[in-house]
Amino acid sequence: MFLTVTKALLEGFGTTVELFLLTLVFALPLGLIVSFGSMSKIKPIKWLVRTFVWIIRGTPLMLQLIIVFYVPGFIGMWAREQETTNMFIQFLASWKVMDRFVAALVAFAINYACYFSEIYRGGIESISKGQYEACSVLGMSKPQAFFHVVLLQVIKRIIPPMSNEIITLVKDTSLARMISVYEVIWSGEAFIKSEGLLWPLFYTGAFFLVGCGILTIIFNRIEKKLSYFSV
Amino acid sequence: MSILEVKDLTKSFGSTKVLKGISFSLEEGKVLSIIGSSGSGKTTLLRCINGLETATAGKITVNEKVVFDSNITDKKELKALKHNQQNIGLVFQQFNLFPQYTALSNVTLAMKLAAKKRPDYKHNKKAILEEIDATAKKFLDKVGLSDKLNNYPCELSGGQQQRVSIARALAMNPQILFFDEPTSALDPELTGEILKTIRQLAEDNMTMVIVTHEMNFAKDVSDEVIFMDDGVIAEHGTPEEVLVNPKNPRTRAFLNTYEK
Repeated sequence: MFLTVTKALLEGFGTTVELFLLTLVFALPLGLIVSFGSMSKIKPIKWLVRTFVWIIRGTPLMLQLIIVFYVPGFIGMWAREQETTNMFIQFLASWKVMDRFVAALVAFAINYACYFSEIYRGGIESISKGQYEACSVLGMSKPQAFFHVVLLQVIKRIIPPMSNEIITLVKDTSLARMISVYEVIWSGEAFIKSEGLLWPLFYTGAFFLVGCGILTIIFNRIEKKLSYFSV
Repeated sequence: MSILEVKDLTKSFGSTKVLKGISFSLEEGKVLSIIGSSGSGKTTLLRCINGLETATAGKITVNEKVVFDSNITDKKELKALKHNQQNIGLVFQQFNLFPQYTALSNVTLAMKLAAKKRPDYKHNKKAILEEIDATAKKFLDKVGLSDKLNNYPCELSGGQQQRVSIARALAMNPQILFFDEPTSALDPELTGEILKTIRQLAEDNMTMVIVTHEMNFAKDVSDEVIFMDDGVIAEHGTPEEVLVNPKNPRTRAFLNTYEK
């Protein structure tokens, strides 16, 4: 029985890991773009981005999951009921209910990009102006200053808060169960219904522990690797 | 021939006037010290000449090339002026070394990035990079750090860090080198090594402008001294004239605070 359960849970955990990794792939760069937006000198962009971050951080991720999953389908349904030749509404009519996994990925990526963006912003703004000024008097361009001088210092600064947020993400993936993405907790819960077993649900905790343990080790390694300089 | 000419330079931050019309010129190979109390505008003057601040009005010429002119508003022309600014080096009070790079890489980084634009970069990459390394080593040797090439800034003392930053500025081959209170962030026992380095540069006829609080050093090394007070040049002359026999009562009052 133990082996059967382990196998079933591993399958669910595969979805969890997939959701986790793909969220990172999208949210890490997206967060940097959002952080540039929230630091923009163009006021309308800055306030638009900051309002968006406020909404995303100020509402539950669970609610965002539900909205991303259902709303496109509802809009499509409404559009199909309209009798119109409007191109835009016809386009909306092609919207169907989203794939569950894709919906979860979109919601997670947007949500985490907003959290990451604030960490990036904190990191970027903490680098002393003197670094940019030194680059400027040495004739470097602004992008050169950012990518060759500032970025690595920012990375070093944000590793602790980032590892915190990323470890939270591992566990937040279990929220995807809300829209029936078959992740590990869903797999564990299934045994209650099918076999009357409760322990597989508790057993899922071990998977999270191992996952977060590995991440902790990775982050410690990165921190150690960057310890040769101080900022 | 004067290598630096500043004419009627003013700078305001909001409604606060920090520079109220500064004019002076400097001959090639001379050393100019700028003294004055905090808030008198010395650092702002330096930052305006280096392009870290944009002056409100006036004109700055380096080696007969205009680097700033408030009458020019055309964006393309302004950009071209920025290019002329590269003839000026600046050594900061807080060093501003790049912490993730070794002493050697701190000196070579800007040169290596600039070299990428050279048309022969792809063909001669190795030779070009080696040449840059050799140049950097030459300047680090000049400031007495040839044994610290591969050390990171955090492994160096404050004085050594400041010497790396001097080597970094020198490697850009500036026509004028500016120092913004180069010893103010250092322990008294470390200021000596920086002053010695600057003295050596003076012997090599490097044109330098030094904002400093080291009066004895200013007296010793400078050809000219400017005393700034409340955004204007209150007194300008030889070290003898300004530091030993000041005419302006404000200069006298300022120097008195140092003698105590």
